[in-house]
Amino acid sequence: MSTQVPEAVEEESATETASAGKQKRDAKKRERAERVQEQREAEAAEKARSADDTFHLKVFRYDPEVPEKQEPRFDDFHVPYKQGMTVLDALMWARDHYDSSLTFRHSCRQAICGSDALFVNGSQRLGCKTQLSDLSEPIRVEPLPHADVVKDLVVDMEHFYDQMESVEPYFQTNSLPDGELDEQRQTRENREKVKMSTRCIWCSACMSSCNIAAGDNEYLGPAAINKAYRFAMDEREGEDMKQRRLEILEQEHGVWRCQTQFSCTEVCPKDIPLTEHIQELKREAIKNNLKFW
Amino acid sequence: MYEHDVIVVGAGGAGLRAAIAAHEEGADVAIVSKLHPVRSHTGAAEGGINAALREGDSWEDHAYDTMKGSDYLADAPAAETLCKDSPKETIKLEHWGMAFSRDDDGRVSQRPFGGLSFPRTTYAGAETGHQLLHTMYEQLVKRGIKVYDEWHVTRLAVSDEEKPEDRNCHGIVAYDVQTGQVEGFRARNGVILATGGLGQVYDHTTNAVANTGDGVAMAYRAGAPMEDMEFIQFHPTTLPSTGVLITEGVRGEGGILYNENGERFMFEYGYANNLGELASRDVVSRAELTEVNEGRGIEDEYVHLDMRHLGEERIIDRLENIIHLSEDFEGVNPLDAPMPVKPGQHYAMGGIETDENGETCISGLYAAGECACASVHGGNRLGGNALPELIVFGKRAGHHAAGKDMEAAKITTGKEGEYELGEVDSPVELGEAGIGEDAVADGGTAADAGASVSGADLVQRAVEDERETIDTLLEREDGIQQAEIRERVQKSMTRNVNVFREESALKDALRDIREARELYQDVFVADKSRTFNTDLLQTLETRNILDIAEAITLGALARNEFRGAHWRKEYQERRDEEWLKHTMLSWNDGRPELWYKPVILEGEDKTYEPKVRSY
Repeated sequence: MSTQVPEAVEEESATETASAGKQKRDAKKRERAERVQEQREAEAAEKARSADDTFHLKVFRYDPEVPEKQEPRFDDFHVPYKQGMTVLDALMWARDHYDSSLTFRHSCRQAICGSDALFVNGSQRLGCKTQLSDLSEPIRVEPLPHADVVKDLVVDMEHFYDQMESVEPYFQTNSLPDGELDEQRQTRENREKVKMSTRCIWCSACMSSCNIAAGDNEYLGPAAINKAYRFAMDEREGEDMKQRRLEILEQEHGVWRCQTQFSCTEVCPKDIPLTEHIQELKREAIKNNLKFW
Repeated sequence: MYEHDVIVVGAGGAGLRAAIAAHEEGADVAIVSKLHPVRSHTGAAEGGINAALREGDSWEDHAYDTMKGSDYLADAPAAETLCKDSPKETIKLEHWGMAFSRDDDGRVSQRPFGGLSFPRTTYAGAETGHQLLHTMYEQLVKRGIKVYDEWHVTRLAVSDEEKPEDRNCHGIVAYDVQTGQVEGFRARNGVILATGGLGQVYDHTTNAVANTGDGVAMAYRAGAPMEDMEFIQFHPTTLPSTGVLITEGVRGEGGILYNENGERFMFEYGYANNLGELASRDVVSRAELTEVNEGRGIEDEYVHLDMRHLGEERIIDRLENIIHLSEDFEGVNPLDAPMPVKPGQHYAMGGIETDENGETCISGLYAAGECACASVHGGNRLGGNALPELIVFGKRAGHHAAGKDMEAAKITTGKEGEYELGEVDSPVELGEAGIGEDAVADGGTAADAGASVSGADLVQRAVEDERETIDTLLEREDGIQQAEIRERVQKSMTRNVNVFREESALKDALRDIREARELYQDVFVADKSRTFNTDLLQTLETRNILDIAEAITLGALARNEFRGAHWRKEYQERRDEEWLKHTMLSWNDGRPELWYKPVILEGEDKTYEPKVRSY
């Protein structure tokens, strides 16, 4: 069950110079530590055997540095099931009990940090938000497609971040109130209008699901366009800024690349209507261009 | 070696605000963080930001509520600074475009929160932290501030004078998770720690997996004292299966707590006859557990939080995120059924001792946000006071580190002011196991052997120490893995150092921690790869968990009274004559040294006289 790389050749430990008494103490302590570790492994195996229900995961493995993992492969893990267990819970269990080298990003466990977008049974999902009981076995867990794999389930996010940052992703206005305690007013309707777009957690599931982004590396992609939408539709920025934002979005690799396949909308874990936002920006861009005719 | 004027460690709310502030002052500032900024746990904050913005409210009232909420263990100069600065810092976020919820007149919305005398919690749905974090990261991008993300900071480069008050911080050492390289970062002006929470010391927590208290432990080992570590906030409404937070905003909007018999116990059993569900968090958490302990809990574990009577429209408008969390993580649709909730570790009131400008007793070392203790929250933090703490003290630390002229702090740090030494009866030896025997055990100050070396040399020396530590961990072929050690500590802390505390259990925890420390002497990292080695990363974090668990337990054992979130079975009273003082722990040659310094109740215009705290 464990998928560890075979043990490397034993090396002399660094205690060579220590006194005989200390060596003995150290050896005893080490023995105890090893005993605890062995006990843990035995308990884990027993748990998996005796559980009423286990889930079978096939997890993608790759490490450019480890000879046995340079050729990508799938490892099998059988994880004892507890009600409510998610894909992330299962990965953590497998890592903590079978193979500590199993590598994936995760942090908040509640679908807000956006670290653990994975390719689970063929679609982009957040590991922490996907119940094992909703999936058919064996559950295939892979890194996000259309991104370079760093190791196991970890992909390189730099391209995604670059696209996000290319749309001037920050609030800009020429008409801030003077007083440091004076608020800009915003109608409830306008706040509602941008609300869904502000929910993006930068998980990049949408980008990974998008065929256009896969073929055109310069395409801004659904998340970055949504980020621009969030500001373009915010009445506090004003008309001048909206013009500027539409210009950015209308570039060759901007909104017009979208072929409305809705794959981004389908995979978004925060239910952001990404495709609709892109379509709305296309309409805005046309209206805007007509103004100058 | 990298070099900047100011280095900020951590990229949540406090870290981002500190970096922006230092940049405003013209400093060359960089952030080093083990997560990309938008992954920070500030994003999980739900409820809101307390700020006295409206007519009828005042910073003085906010300060009064905060001091009362703290059970008179906050330092008035810090609490008053928070309340005075919060309004303009909150509106600053609005000027940066943050998507606050809005009233009909277009102004930002505010709602009632626990322990507040005015509805001053400014919010963005039930996702205020997410909106705040992303708004602030946008401002970081706008300014082009450099971020070293997925770099795990492992130690501070601090000189080794005997007294911490004489030491200087020259930079940090960090481990690049992606490549495995260990590098030094020299800070010409200062290092600001903004590493957030430490909830991973417990196994039922609202905190992220990344919240391992790294900054607190690092500063402690370098000589900056930890303050009031025993004060841990247990949030009354977390989902039982995962610890996911259900915002206090639910009760703020009118949500009601029921026991198994359908009784509204906050009133019916007299826990808080005036404010009921909106009493402060420590009060509500104890009430829930008392219900469970007296057999009125549901499945002997939790109580119900019901918000159905608020109506779908209002829930969707103000608390929509709660519907998703409850459905996704507990399988309960709160529009149809009450949510199961129980107390869970949520926040550390204590942390690295700082003054109201974020400075520690070590020159050039600052802390802000949850990892710091100024102290704003004392024995218990009010809901809605964490986010203003990030922006107010993040900014102040950033400004100060960048060299801005600021009013001198009223709070003293280290043993500069009045203090007394303390004693505690521990059943086991405390502190480092196997001192001096092992490179892995090291991690404090970078020895300069009494010689005067340049800051850059000191950083380089710290880098070499860290490389040795990491090499040792990677070279070991067998032993014990960190997951087992971490799990033991987490379980013991949840069992023994929880909402209700008693001497025998606290001593059990100290024994468990001791054993874990000894096991850690033989910890090994099975993954030998230098690429994205999370096994190594977690092994380094577990070391921090050990130091912090010990500090929390030690503080809890020492404090023979019941104050704020710290309840002791043997001592059922707040004992002001003896305990109007902060619990301080200093790392003294690998051993914790206990001492106390008096709390400051004198504010700008008035003294906050301790009163009986009832809600």
